[in-house]
Amino acid sequence: MSTEYTFPDNAARSAAAADAPEFETEKLTINMGPSHPSTHGVLRLLLELDGETVTRCDPVIGYLHRGDEKIAENMTYNQFVPYTDRLDYLSPLANNVAYAIAVERLAHLEVPPRCQAIRALICEMARISSHLLGLGVYAMDTGAMTVFLYTFTEREKLYTLFEELTGARFTTSYTRIGGLARDIPEGWLGRVARFCDGVLPVVDEIDALLTRNRIFLDRTEGIGVISKEDAIAWGLTGPNLRASGVPLDLRKDKPYCGYENYEFDVPVGTKGDCYDRYLVRLEEIRQSVRIIRQIIANMPDGPWYAEDAKKIFAPPTDKILTSMEELIQNFMLVTEGPQMPAGEVYFEAENPKGALGFYIISRGGGVPYRLKIRAPSFCSLSILPKVAVGCMVADLSAILGSLDFVMGECDR
Amino acid sequence: MSTAATSLDLEKRFPGVTPRDSADCPAFNVPTADIVRVLTALRDDFGYDMLVDIAGIDWGESASPRFAVAYHVLSTEKAAYVRLVAPCSGDAEPSIPSVAGVYPAADWHEREAYDMFGIRFEGHPDLRRILMWEGYPYHPLRKDFPLAGIETDLPDDEVAGETGVRVKPAPMAGGPFVAPQAGHMTSREPRARDESWNEKSEKPAD
Repeated sequence: MSTEYTFPDNAARSAAAADAPEFETEKLTINMGPSHPSTHGVLRLLLELDGETVTRCDPVIGYLHRGDEKIAENMTYNQFVPYTDRLDYLSPLANNVAYAIAVERLAHLEVPPRCQAIRALICEMARISSHLLGLGVYAMDTGAMTVFLYTFTEREKLYTLFEELTGARFTTSYTRIGGLARDIPEGWLGRVARFCDGVLPVVDEIDALLTRNRIFLDRTEGIGVISKEDAIAWGLTGPNLRASGVPLDLRKDKPYCGYENYEFDVPVGTKGDCYDRYLVRLEEIRQSVRIIRQIIANMPDGPWYAEDAKKIFAPPTDKILTSMEELIQNFMLVTEGPQMPAGEVYFEAENPKGALGFYIISRGGGVPYRLKIRAPSFCSLSILPKVAVGCMVADLSAILGSLDFVMGECDR
Repeated sequence: MSTAATSLDLEKRFPGVTPRDSADCPAFNVPTADIVRVLTALRDDFGYDMLVDIAGIDWGESASPRFAVAYHVLSTEKAAYVRLVAPCSGDAEPSIPSVAGVYPAADWHEREAYDMFGIRFEGHPDLRRILMWEGYPYHPLRKDFPLAGIETDLPDDEVAGETGVRVKPAPMAGGPFVAPQAGHMTSREPRARDESWNEKSEKPAD
């Protein structure tokens, strides 16, 4: 081992430094997630950073993949309803309704007006619940804790109403093919109306806390801009699409559940940045309240399930226990499933997160041959590699919060 | 349905295109080689500017062509859908041209169809698995893949080596209430298909 020490040649070193660029930079690859607070679930972003600027973003999804489409091929249509709860688990009622309508379209089955009104009502309640959570966590991700506490207080009231209606707070499984699990309880509509009266002041309060808030504006205005063309090209739907200035709302443009009978406005953004997506969601809560009030005022009487669809909807329990025909009908439904004609159908519903689509291929019988779920969150996330590039790392949490995705639906 | 279908003269412009039975929107069968041209025409000439969904289909092991891909496009102006179904060439190694160049949204949808069915999308910029992990040996939505799954290695060698854990099939052949798609009524009833193995007792050695 040499003990000689060579003194550094300072002249040569400074000459070498002069040749080199001012800073030696190296790109850094890091993982954001899979369990990062702002990814709202198990999403992993593989980021390539130049300093604090994102130069490449590769979302890694599939951590919540449960094979729902495979499962659907191995069970009857009604058996799959609980699985739809677990798609967008922040608005299970809206998923239940979208799935039920898709299967009913396949069977060319029209449900009675009361059933449609109840479905539209619960869809709008699910929208309020989903947007309250979406806005709350979005605000928290951008540094405003209070909004989260306000929205969760209101959301809790909604979940109490859901529990009263369906027996469950989260996994509601409320629809059946051709109807609902049960009619609405006594006095429940009045409690929904009271909730609506209570939620509007809270929305105004969120408005007052965030809309002109300097910090919130700095963190969201001009951040994560998605142009109209990009939003369409990447298949964004729902509030994310409308924030980019495309006034497409399937409730207006392709009405289902009797939405054509209700008056409401479709809020549309102008720039497509994170701030616009916040504004659109906030206004949608107000519009949902408007729809709910109209539904409550005009709630039709009559049957709440398709009574003539004997091969699709199970008869009421008292009839099953007392009448032979209904007993056989129930037995056939449980063993064989609701009977569908052969054919294929694609139905999209305007869910809180965007257009939730079901593509069903049937070869007849009670089990689908193929059921494809078109998840809005999947499409919302697919634009991330484009939007995230050029952003700062800190902007990512604002972008993720504003896209309002749910991994249960994205991964299925 | 009929009015929208007549305004779409796809059959005239593309001789291989035929109308397809559909319960809702206009639907067409498209030859494998024409899919990119037909979708480009739908986007540029008919205003179907949004690709909402791509679904892989497996028509069963005995069918030929076995695999197909269903595309749903939406016109954001008219709020109207069109469905296109194109068969894949090759039953053992199915492939079809990628439309990611026409609709960027197709990127992830095609990755999913590749992941789930093993359909190769020729010309796709980045055809990787998306829901299952890279290196997973099967395509789960194929009809010959069992509901319960197939035993395989964990994606992470390090964890697998340390713990000896493997990915195991689900108990009771995939669930307590499995209803098959066909067969006699007595066998179609939703029930557990294999109860020799459940959460409490280990899977018997074959």
